[in-house]
Amino acid sequence: MTRSLILSRSSFGWSAALLLVLLLVPAWAGRFTIYILAFVFVMALLAMSLNLLVGHGGIYQFHHAAFYGVGAYTAGLIAAKTAWPVWVGFCAGPLMAAAAGWVIGLFCVRLNKLYFGMLQISLGSLIWIIALRWYSLTAGDDGIHGIRMPELLSGSVTIYYFLLAVVTVCLLSLYLVYKSPFGVTLRAIRDNPQRCEAVGINVRRHQLLAIIIATFFAGVAGVLFVVLEGSIFPDMLFWVLSLEILIMCLLGGWFTFFGPVVGAAIMVTLRTFVGSVTEYWTMVLGIVLILLIFFLPEGIMGINFRNWSRRRSRRAAARAAEDTDAAG
Amino acid sequence: MLLVEDLHKSFEDFTAVDGANLQVRQGELVAVIGPNGAGKTTLFNLITGHLKADRGRIRFLDREINRMAAHEICRQGIARSFQIANIFHRLSVFRNVQVSVLSQKKLSRSLFRPAQTLVVEETRRILESVGLLGKQLDIAGSLSHGDKRILEIAIALGNEPQLLILDEPTAGMSPEETASTMELVKRLARDQGLTILFCEHDMDVVFDVATHIMVMQHGRTLIQGTPEEVRRNATVQDAYLGGA
Repeated sequence: MTRSLILSRSSFGWSAALLLVLLLVPAWAGRFTIYILAFVFVMALLAMSLNLLVGHGGIYQFHHAAFYGVGAYTAGLIAAKTAWPVWVGFCAGPLMAAAAGWVIGLFCVRLNKLYFGMLQISLGSLIWIIALRWYSLTAGDDGIHGIRMPELLSGSVTIYYFLLAVVTVCLLSLYLVYKSPFGVTLRAIRDNPQRCEAVGINVRRHQLLAIIIATFFAGVAGVLFVVLEGSIFPDMLFWVLSLEILIMCLLGGWFTFFGPVVGAAIMVTLRTFVGSVTEYWTMVLGIVLILLIFFLPEGIMGINFRNWSRRRSRRAAARAAEDTDAAG
Repeated sequence: MLLVEDLHKSFEDFTAVDGANLQVRQGELVAVIGPNGAGKTTLFNLITGHLKADRGRIRFLDREINRMAAHEICRQGIARSFQIANIFHRLSVFRNVQVSVLSQKKLSRSLFRPAQTLVVEETRRILESVGLLGKQLDIAGSLSHGDKRILEIAIALGNEPQLLILDEPTAGMSPEETASTMELVKRLARDQGLTILFCEHDMDVVFDVATHIMVMQHGRTLIQGTPEEVRRNATVQDAYLGGA
């Protein structure tokens, strides 16, 4: 009963089948494939967290990587520089990212659209500068490598399953948020903030809550990166990565829930396989983006949405015609 | 119920509202009329908190609402529609109204319950009352202009308002749509005990529907009274009714 209320039958079937395939991958795939898939999980979670703001909230969070970095650096520094258990860092990472999101969000939600984005890039870049310049703590642009993980997370297959489990729980949580009254209200704010104010919704407060939730999950993605790579470095907080995540959302379809997962998979695949052939892989990405803008402006998963809208419009037109016939 | 006293609002060199006064009592249907640029929409924006007044007082149910934000004013019991259809274009018709009902029930920030199980009956009842239940699954952006305007009224009803403000509810509508919309407005006022404040350019509609009329010119209140009083007023006849 609960399942049918939250997921449609077909969505549930597809999700369960995909999860089953992903569970079986380590049984036949090599280490490289397992690593690439694990990296896709991290990027997918990061892109999904951004899409809660950009796609569903209409909030121009242009420097989302900053919070991914905060999560990673918090977990990495606790593991590398303190005697505390690694798990403390795992919990602190997302919380610190959410706290940073809250502080930066407090300033940004006072502004609209592009101004929000510009201030957000500026404040996010401050965090990047701290990671880059505070040598005694962060080792600057060298970063910290070889961060040791607990025995429990030693083999690549174990890490793969750990990441899969955490990402599945996170995506499920994000899906619940998407389907909740808060998610519906957030999409209404995206469509028309002025109307939302007029129906009694405190737009800024909702946007701030969305930012806190999204940056929390960006922090989780950062922690998962540390688990996978055992490294932290300033490029994780650089604006270029923020742009890449934004492209993932665009590619997959930012008005859809699972679009960013598809976008992340495409980006990682392009970077890995085209990048191994030519260093100009971004040119291929550019061509893909141009084609996308012309032929699929709402992203790959947006095809469904467009067809669905068309079907609805056709049905509405048919009904109007029936009404006219009946009246005539 | 609503009292506006000596309200002023300027935009740089232009004075949009220049000492407007208005009184709305429980159960009345008050029309605000005046030529283009008279300050009607600005007055509505000031009352609903979408603009802040430079000077003057706005009291609603004996409470000062001048300094309140738009969402706080809505919570006091004032809902509105806008001059240009102001809906949630990418959401379904059902969701458009549900957003407003969720806000009214203070459920907008609920995170752990599926929205599709909440306030369904309330939302359907509102859609039925305005005749849009059959289109509840349509994407709001695909509706006809007339239906979008009706949907706006439905969204406002989701807030269970005591005072409903309608900014040119029939703008851009055909004569048939205008008649049915105003019939709906009258029915809502009668059946739900709503007090309605609206502005309208069609004088036949105004004199047919309104129980009281306020005439604005150059941002000021020219007169407020019953339709008969307004019709008899010499200044109004010269300035607005063309000496009719």
